[in-house]
Amino acid sequence: MADTLLEIQHLNTSFRIHDDYYAAVDDVTLTVNKNEVLAIVGESGSGKSALAFSIMGLHNRAKIEGSILFKEQELVGLPYSKLNQLRGDQLSMIFQDPLTALNPLMNIGDQIGEAILLHQKKLTKKKRKERVIDLLNQVGIPRPEQICEQFPHQLSGGMRQRVIIAIAIANRPELLIADEPTTALDVTIQAQILDLIRELKENMHAGIILITHDLGVVAEMADRVAVMYAGQIVELADVHTLFEKPLHPYTRSLLHSVPNEGQDKLHVIQGIVPSLQHLPRRGCRFAERIPWLDGSAHEEQPELHEVEPEHFVRCTCYRHFHFPAEREGWTHGIS
Amino acid sequence: MPQVLLLSVLVFLMAQMMPGDALSGQIDPNIDPAAIEAQREKLGLNNPWYVQYVDWVGSALHGDLGQSFRHKMPVTDLIGQRLANTFWLAVATLILTYLIAIPLGITSGRYNDTLRDQLITGYTYIGFATPLFIFALVSLWVFGFKLEWFPTGGSVAPGLEPGTFPYIVSKLQHLLLPALSMALITTVNTVQYLRSEIIDTKQKDFIITARAKGAPESRVYNRHILRNSLLPLAAFLGFEITGLIGGTIFVETIYSYPGMGLLFMDSIALRDYSVVTSVVLLLGVVSILGVLLSDIILSIVDPRIRIK
Repeated sequence: MADTLLEIQHLNTSFRIHDDYYAAVDDVTLTVNKNEVLAIVGESGSGKSALAFSIMGLHNRAKIEGSILFKEQELVGLPYSKLNQLRGDQLSMIFQDPLTALNPLMNIGDQIGEAILLHQKKLTKKKRKERVIDLLNQVGIPRPEQICEQFPHQLSGGMRQRVIIAIAIANRPELLIADEPTTALDVTIQAQILDLIRELKENMHAGIILITHDLGVVAEMADRVAVMYAGQIVELADVHTLFEKPLHPYTRSLLHSVPNEGQDKLHVIQGIVPSLQHLPRRGCRFAERIPWLDGSAHEEQPELHEVEPEHFVRCTCYRHFHFPAEREGWTHGIS
Repeated sequence: MPQVLLLSVLVFLMAQMMPGDALSGQIDPNIDPAAIEAQREKLGLNNPWYVQYVDWVGSALHGDLGQSFRHKMPVTDLIGQRLANTFWLAVATLILTYLIAIPLGITSGRYNDTLRDQLITGYTYIGFATPLFIFALVSLWVFGFKLEWFPTGGSVAPGLEPGTFPYIVSKLQHLLLPALSMALITTVNTVQYLRSEIIDTKQKDFIITARAKGAPESRVYNRHILRNSLLPLAAFLGFEITGLIGGTIFVETIYSYPGMGLLFMDSIALRDYSVVTSVVLLLGVVSILGVLLSDIILSIVDPRIRIK
């Protein structure tokens, strides 16, 4: 692929629970290109945020193994002094909850200004202030001069999310990680924020990792999609292929769980994502949630198979599901 | 204001309920009881309590807290002398308390669950478990009598001209040991409080935002964690002052430091009601002012509760 920005290989992020390490991100391999939106979808607890935090080096006490190459620089094991030059500059992140992600005691201008100050030390105070105003304009905040002097509690959730985006784009990042940027917002604001992110991509040609569990957002924004389940990528494809021809039973269930017109009962995937400590470490992790499928359908150690060019699926169990089955009786392809 | 009113009634009633009065015991037994009774009548000591209360409040509002039976001088003058001493003792203790608490709390919170933290937490547990009056007695004995580093009583060496440099030095010398022994014990609350605030703030989302901006750890702590953690300490100041008042009563008695606390203890022993009620009322007003003060401080430093 042209212009690879981020290349993650065999990434394991493990947390210590009592005396053992448990991998929340398990053998993830993916790439992000310039000017591309890669969406990562999955249920809560599937390791999406853990993956994002690993890239940003924001985990406090996690064991990170594998390789994260950002513009051919290894991020795993990079000392903080070096990492801090990248973070907030070429590499930045938009957080999930705008209500808690801003310092309550610092005014908006200072919080955005800090991101600029940390990476453009030579800029004069006046220039920095101008840049802050400019950023606020860019993210669509009215009366920026006034907002600069205000504190987070004086702003609405949507406004705060815009401020967080302004912080993230303050230094024109090359890779932007958006961790569920619209989850905490109401629908009308969601659309505006997504428009904003899309504009940013077009203006700055940045690579964007969009983490979400909203498939509507994926369809609207993404170029490629990685579906995560229990810490692993179970399917990876470009957005059209994934929606037209999903292969992994988990992906299909996810797609099927979106409310559709004319559907009176919502499809529910049986069971829950197992907790980190109780994950089966061998075999197909989704097997428990499709119990009617015989054990022999799964691989012993499921791997990602490239079924078509650039379309990867984990485990062989997908072969037991036929697509497209009739739309009506579409419960994992068997009734 | 309603608190002060309620306090004044309570204080007055409790003083009334104590057995005896200034005319019992201290008087020459040869005096005719009828004369004493007449004197009581004249002084209004036989009036019902509410009449006495209204009398007392009425004159208190005019700045007259009555006459001390014991010291034969107006209570306001008596308190005036002592108040300055207690004020300086309290200020010194507060400064020492924060001088100890802030570095210890920060270290303990930042490096929680390390050896450093365990040592500091260990000290706070010892501090919690040690009663102030025992600690004050022991330090008086060790540093005052055995090592003779500090004077053992009073607030200033005799024979010095007020306002001169040696006078101020002597004042400080007399102040230091009581203030330090009190601060060492009372600070443990603040250390623990600051420690848990920092540990709490460390996990807030906006700290992650700061790190994601590329802020180095030192900046994350100084600019983001510390300020958010010190904030609740400002709210704590009011309680700190209240605690201090309780502390001064012990410490002044033990170090025979002539402040309000010592005056209070002496006056109780001598049934000097007018002094007791005035002192308690004053201390009550001070602790209410303490709470008011922390509200004001909080409204200055916290933009979320800024007064419009």
